[in-house]
Amino acid sequence: MSAAKKLRDPAAAVARAREKPAPASTPGPRYADRIKVYPQRIDGRFRRIKWAILAFCLTVYYVAPWLRWDRGPNAPGQALLIDLPVRRAYFFGLEIWPQEVYFLTGLLIIAAIGLFLATSLLGRVWCGYACPQTVWTDLFMMVERLIEGDRNARMRLDKAPFGAAKAAKKLAKHAAWLLIAAATGGAWVLYFQDAPTALREILTGGASAQTYFFVGLFTTTTYLLAGWAREQVCTYMCPWPRFQSAMLDEQSIIVTYEAWRGEPRGKHKAGTSWEGRGDCVDCMKCVAVCPTGIDIRDGQQLECIGCGLCIDACNTVMAQVGRPGNLITFDTLANQEAEAAGKKPVYRLIRPRTVIYASLLLLASGVMATALLLRAHLDITVLHERSPLFVRLSDGEFRNGFTIRILNKTYTSARYSLTLHGLADYRVDVVGMEAVGGPRRALTLTAKPDAVATYRLYLTAKRGELHGETTPIVFEIEDQETHEMARHDSIFVGPGK
Amino acid sequence: MPTKIEKDAITGKETTGHEWDGIKELDTPLPKWWALVFYATIAWALAYSVLYPSWPWLSGYFHGVLGYSTRAQIELRLADQKAQRAPMLDRIKAATPQQIERNPDLLNFAIAGGHAAFADNCVPCHGPGGAGSKGFPNLADDDWLWGGDLDNIYKTISFGIRNANASSRQSAMPRFGVDNILKPEQINDVAEYVLSFTGKSTDPVAAGRGAQVFAENCAACHGDKGQGNIEIGAKQLNNGIWLYGGDKKTIVETITYARNSSMPAWSERLDEPTIKMLAIYVHSLGGGK
Repeated sequence: MSAAKKLRDPAAAVARAREKPAPASTPGPRYADRIKVYPQRIDGRFRRIKWAILAFCLTVYYVAPWLRWDRGPNAPGQALLIDLPVRRAYFFGLEIWPQEVYFLTGLLIIAAIGLFLATSLLGRVWCGYACPQTVWTDLFMMVERLIEGDRNARMRLDKAPFGAAKAAKKLAKHAAWLLIAAATGGAWVLYFQDAPTALREILTGGASAQTYFFVGLFTTTTYLLAGWAREQVCTYMCPWPRFQSAMLDEQSIIVTYEAWRGEPRGKHKAGTSWEGRGDCVDCMKCVAVCPTGIDIRDGQQLECIGCGLCIDACNTVMAQVGRPGNLITFDTLANQEAEAAGKKPVYRLIRPRTVIYASLLLLASGVMATALLLRAHLDITVLHERSPLFVRLSDGEFRNGFTIRILNKTYTSARYSLTLHGLADYRVDVVGMEAVGGPRRALTLTAKPDAVATYRLYLTAKRGELHGETTPIVFEIEDQETHEMARHDSIFVGPGK
Repeated sequence: MPTKIEKDAITGKETTGHEWDGIKELDTPLPKWWALVFYATIAWALAYSVLYPSWPWLSGYFHGVLGYSTRAQIELRLADQKAQRAPMLDRIKAATPQQIERNPDLLNFAIAGGHAAFADNCVPCHGPGGAGSKGFPNLADDDWLWGGDLDNIYKTISFGIRNANASSRQSAMPRFGVDNILKPEQINDVAEYVLSFTGKSTDPVAAGRGAQVFAENCAACHGDKGQGNIEIGAKQLNNGIWLYGGDKKTIVETITYARNSSMPAWSERLDEPTIKMLAIYVHSLGGGK
């Protein structure tokens, strides 16, 4: 029966032969051309969920750079901004300095573990609903359908000879795609510059060559990946499907064809009995709506992105032929075996795998949150002069040179008191400040808002104060307004005994 | 030569005709996109070889229609940098070293510029950070041969010491041993006396004799208490800081053979703003007066 079907539809035969392992006697195909996929429009619960998530993701992407956040006159007013020349990243009330890039690391770790957890629970929901490749490909396919028509109309158009109507449609489609791609590329750049200013500059030709380059780059990649490559990205380029077998197990809720219910499949004449045959009427609608063009009835496969549109398609047909829905459904492989044997399905969401992922997620989130809450607004770095390590002065005293950097992470100018611990009697001189005679205990140093202040400092001490070649000392600064303090260890180098 | 071209049963494609231990290969044409990219790279290479420097002749090379040259690019960037620094350097040219020290912006620029010029010109002798070494003064301490105030430092850098420049600082220490001005025992005694300034004398009796030798021969230049004389570049002998070494053997050597080393006149090599920035940098190393 299935052999007869193969002969009638050679393309489908090739597609199916692609999936099944070839028998040992005849060699299987070693290479297959790309077969263009024409997904058909479908309505249903999962299609509606997909539209909602698409709208949400696109809104976030395009609107986020335009959100404003007031940080005072000394800082940019954009809520989300990565300012590369100044080397600061702004995320609403948070400001990340380059040495705090570990926040980005933490964010990526949380994203990765979150993704592992979601996949182990619900299968490839990321691939089917939220991945940028899926979102933009879905958007481009919608544009294509609006201009060229649904599946059959598109297939006819592609086979038709080149003419005025075909050229007009293709031109309109690619123009629309390029427009969307340009908006996507433009939006990317707006995360790195002030959005209103940057947009005005880009549109009036006043932006820098770098800006235009990146807009052009992301326009090109969006157009090529979403317009031309489409499902080839998921099948060949993306590493995610390649290790999904490490994420999914028999308890993950994935898109499943209930073979125990659907087989043996075949055409059904209205009014005839359903005895001795499966519910699958072989309408091929599940294949027609699939964005990657696979047949879910062949089982779990690498190309299935878990979008569930085949579920909507099959449910539509099942309603028409009067059979219960969910012939294709979100279910676990373990439950499929249970239902085939007539047992009750059990959902084991809490199992070692998910517990471990959830714990790691909590741990990483906790560490990040703690780091954020304990973030200091003030830091001091002390660099000891390396050459000369110490200087012997005419009056027999010894002097060390230091470069101190004060990191002022607030949005206002600040004044700090600098004190030294470790030496009882000493003298401090700062280059550029009025020299004050006599021992000076606390200095006042200033720093501009959101900047690093560098000072060169000389510390002089008598030989009797020193403990051998190196004497440990501590530099301490205190913000005179907020009384926040920061310390840094250093040494005073002298001659050996 | 391909021997047996077959047709693959399932895909309908031909094999290459070769066989290795039963393994055959389909003769699949290259993907269209791959071939197009390949042709594009050839077109690119042709265009590049016309527009940019490409072919060598026997003497010289084809400069390319656009005339691009990396050396020319560097010249442009250097000119750019010069133009960028010009406003600040003009201000430094117009101001005196003392005025620069009082202005925080000019001071920061001068110290940075002086630090860079110091690394290029002065470090080979005076060491990084002005640490100095045997025979090369430590610029970070407060012991100065020719004066440690801004004007004197500026003059020393500009004209140097004991060189052919007309304005260079000149002085000559007599070679007390070689020219037989003092006898070896007298040199020993005066060396002990000099050591006694910092309490390091090993022979107090010799030091007592050496006081007379010092008063007659050394005090004229080095001062009666060994306090030095910056007018004639005579070293301060009573502060425990030495240029060639403070052990007795070296002091005897110094008195016997004299020390008359030299420093270049940098005004012959560097421009005036650079020397000003160097003077301010050296003055800021900690020992400036």
